[in-house]
This record gives sequence, C-alpha cells and structure tokens, in this order.
Amino acid sequence: MSVSTATGTKTSEIQISVNGSVRRLVLDPRTSLLDALREHLHLTGTKKGCDHGQCGACTVLINDRRINSCLTLAVMHEGDDIVTIEGLGSPGALHPMQAAFVERDGFQCGYCTPGQICSAVGMLAEVKAGWPSHATADVASRRIALTDAEIRERMSGNICRCAAYPNIVAAVRDVAEGGSK
Amino acid sequence: MKAFTYERATDPGAAVAAMSKAGAKFISGGTNLLDLMKLEIEQPSHLVDISRLPFKDIEEMRDGGLRIGAQATNSDVAADRRVRSRYAVLSQALLAGASGQLRNKASVGGNLLQRTRCPYFYDTVSDCNKRAPGSGCSAIGGFNRGHAILGASESCIATHPSDMAVAMAALEARIELLGANQAARTVAIGDFHRLPGDTPHIETVLQPGEMITGVVLPPQPPGQQVYRKVRDRASYEFALVSVAAIVATDRGTISAARVAFGGVAHRPWRSVEAEAALAGRPATMAVFRAAAEAAMANAVGRGHNDFKIELAKRTLCRTLAQAAQVG
Repeated sequence: MSVSTATGTKTSEIQISVNGSVRRLVLDPRTSLLDALREHLHLTGTKKGCDHGQCGACTVLINDRRINSCLTLAVMHEGDDIVTIEGLGSPGALHPMQAAFVERDGFQCGYCTPGQICSAVGMLAEVKAGWPSHATADVASRRIALTDAEIRERMSGNICRCAAYPNIVAAVRDVAEGGSK
Repeated sequence: MKAFTYERATDPGAAVAAMSKAGAKFISGGTNLLDLMKLEIEQPSHLVDISRLPFKDIEEMRDGGLRIGAQATNSDVAADRRVRSRYAVLSQALLAGASGQLRNKASVGGNLLQRTRCPYFYDTVSDCNKRAPGSGCSAIGGFNRGHAILGASESCIATHPSDMAVAMAALEARIELLGANQAARTVAIGDFHRLPGDTPHIETVLQPGEMITGVVLPPQPPGQQVYRKVRDRASYEFALVSVAAIVATDRGTISAARVAFGGVAHRPWRSVEAEAALAGRPATMAVFRAAAEAAMANAVGRGHNDFKIELAKRTLCRTLAQAAQVG
C-alpha cells in the first residue's frame, strides 16, 4: 500500500497496525507517530517527554524494533506493525516486563515507565539476536553476557529523572534470566 | 514545524527526479532532520521519503570488500557479522553513538549527513554562519568547549558529530551517489565532507538533488582496529574527542597505521601526519606520542576547548597502545 502524494492536499491517509488492530488515519504530514498515537488514536500510554529523541519516554516497537516515536512521521509508517505499552499487556494480564517493573519497584513517578518497558522488551530481543553493544568487550564475539553494565549501556536511551535505575536494571535482569521475551 | 508536502519515492530514479521541486529534501531515518524541523532550523517545503528504496542490504564485493546500502540502519550495520569480524572499528564506532532506539531508525546515509550539534547552530536567536550565512559565529568568543581544534575558520568552528564517519575515514570508504541527472558517481570519504572556509553552510560535495545510495568498504586492511571515544557521559553523548586507529605490527615494528579523529573538526579528520610518524617505527609510547604531536601540530584552541588538544594527543596514544597491544 502506498500513500498518495500529498501535493495539493493538506493531509495524507495511512493505514497502520497498532497493537494488532488495523487503523486508518488522515493526518497532516507533520504529525509525528507519537502524536498520531496519543492525539488521534488516544493511546496515551506512550508519553511525550522531550519530543526530541533525548529521553526515550516515547519508545514504541515498530516491526519488533524499539524506536523513538517522536522522531518519526506517522505518514512514513504505512503498513507497519506498531506495538505500544497498551499492546504489551493489560491489567490482570501483564507482560512479564510490566510485572517485573511492579515487582522490583522500577519507577517512582511512572512517567518514563511505558518507554522504559517498551525499550527493555526491544532491547532483550536485540540481545537474543546476538547484537553487541558499546559495553561488549569484543564486538565479534557471538555470545553476549548480559551484565548490569550491558543492561545500563543498552538502556541509556531512556532517562528516568526519579533515578529508579537500580530497580529498572533489576527488573530487566529478572526478565532476561527468566527466559521471557 | 513548517508545513510541507510528502511523497514516498518508489524507485531511485523517481527519488532524485522528485528533488527538482523547490525546497525539496530527502528523508530517511529522520532522527536528525525531524529534530531540526521541529526547531525550524530546517524548513523543507517538500519531503521525499527514500526510506523504502532498495538500499538496505549489506553485500559482499567481488574484491573482498563490503557494500553497505544507504538505507541500512545504524543497528543493522553494527550487528552485521561481517562488519563485526572484518571492520570491527565501524561496529565499535556505531555502538558508541546515540541510543538503541536512534540506531534502529537512523540510516547510514543520514548519519553521514547529520548536522553539527553546536549549541549556537541550534539556538535560533544566536548568530550562526551555518544556519544563517553571513550572520557571524557566536561560538568564536562564546562557550566553545566542544568545538573544533583543526581545520576551522573565522566563519565556523563547529564539529561534525558522527562516530560512524570517523571509522569509515580510517577504512577509506567510498560513497556511492546518484545525481539528479540519474548519473552515478563515487566519492572517497576523505573528499566528501568540506571544511567550513567561508561557506560553512555547505557541508559536503553533494550536488543539489544528489542522493547517497551506498557506502563501499575496501577489503579489510591489515592490523588491529580500535575505536575510542571520550565524552562527558559514559553513554549516549557526542564525542569530545574520538580516535579510529588501525595498526599492523611486525615483530614490534609498525608496518601500517591509519588514524582518524572525531570531535575535532568540521569533518572526520584523517591524520596523514600521525600515520607518517608511525609507519616503520617501533610500537612504543614514545613513537605514539610523537605521532600525536604531529597530528596536533596545527591545532588551535579557542579558549574553552584548549584542553581538547592535549586530550586528543592522549586519546591517540591510548588507542594506538591498545591497537598495537603494547603498554
């Protein structure tokens, strides 16, 4: 499916999959994916912090990869599969990462938490795929030992101004060791 | 953000043809461009989305090199087995930059074209010859702790922010381009980025409408590859100084060395002076220090960034020691 050229019109029409449901949107092309999720689809779990890709509060999964939804245009995501915090789990049926954040008290005010959790889920998939990080001593090595230093480096795109970092690391480690996704 | 029209390019020829529109700009990962558009530092009136063009692959070249498509993400390249085993310095440089989320979106082509993070470039009420040509440079005489020490001019002392490009400079990468007239050409990375001179707003040799389609890495050079980045935070921060070094030794003698610096100039800074001071000499700290002195012989501090001259020398020595496995 291709988006028609917006020339001569003020809006673009796109179809995206959000948390398993196909959604059709008519948008000003300036609309960030973050604003499309929050203002047009009313999925307010994804948070707007800095709106410049510096804080990570807006992290969502696109085609299973974590990205900053504030730094991408919704119109660029025609046909993409987007998962937000609302799609990971629900009250009573939490995703293992959500349960681990509750168990380990991985937050204080909670504003960064949806982004932290989406980022952590995407990050563990990257580890499972064998991706190295800046904390990996030898980038050519095939085995990644997920030390606390590795978790901290890989999660550095998510800022927590309450500084719940030790408990966030513990929550991520719990899920990694539990073998969950 | 200023209003713009949007189109998704379906093939490379259509993409470059679409750039004939006034105010047109390519968008791929968008992580730098959209940031600048929100601040109205960039104000394209038409966006040509090239993110779905067929330039995502990393392919073997017949000569043993590797071609990286311009739309490959920074993550794809950093995680590629061939890059990790044959071009480790590139993987290390990519992983030293940005965050996991940004690397998953940012493209290789866009990384080469990212704009400086000079705070005066970002502050739209300050004078900046890069943002508003002819207005002056607020960084000269201003808060210039992060600014250039090599190759700067009285018009601009901004640095190029990329880590990736520094590793590519040491690897002698070639950049493949497709022009508005549909003609393809290749530019060596050392010739791709410009020094500021009196036109700091012109940052590369790209012609209007020309598109990056790929980056070719020549066959793996001999020696150990190391990327070292020094910054104010341990992660997710731009370089004060970085060094990409590739060093081959033979019984304690340096048989080949390549050195490129990041964070010190308007472009990735290949130091032929350091390389000449290393080749054929023993791999010792005294030789490394002499190479560092040669590399920084023409360095000029602007006040707050004076420390970067010594920092660059020490960072080079440490990187060479690691690459040559001495000290």
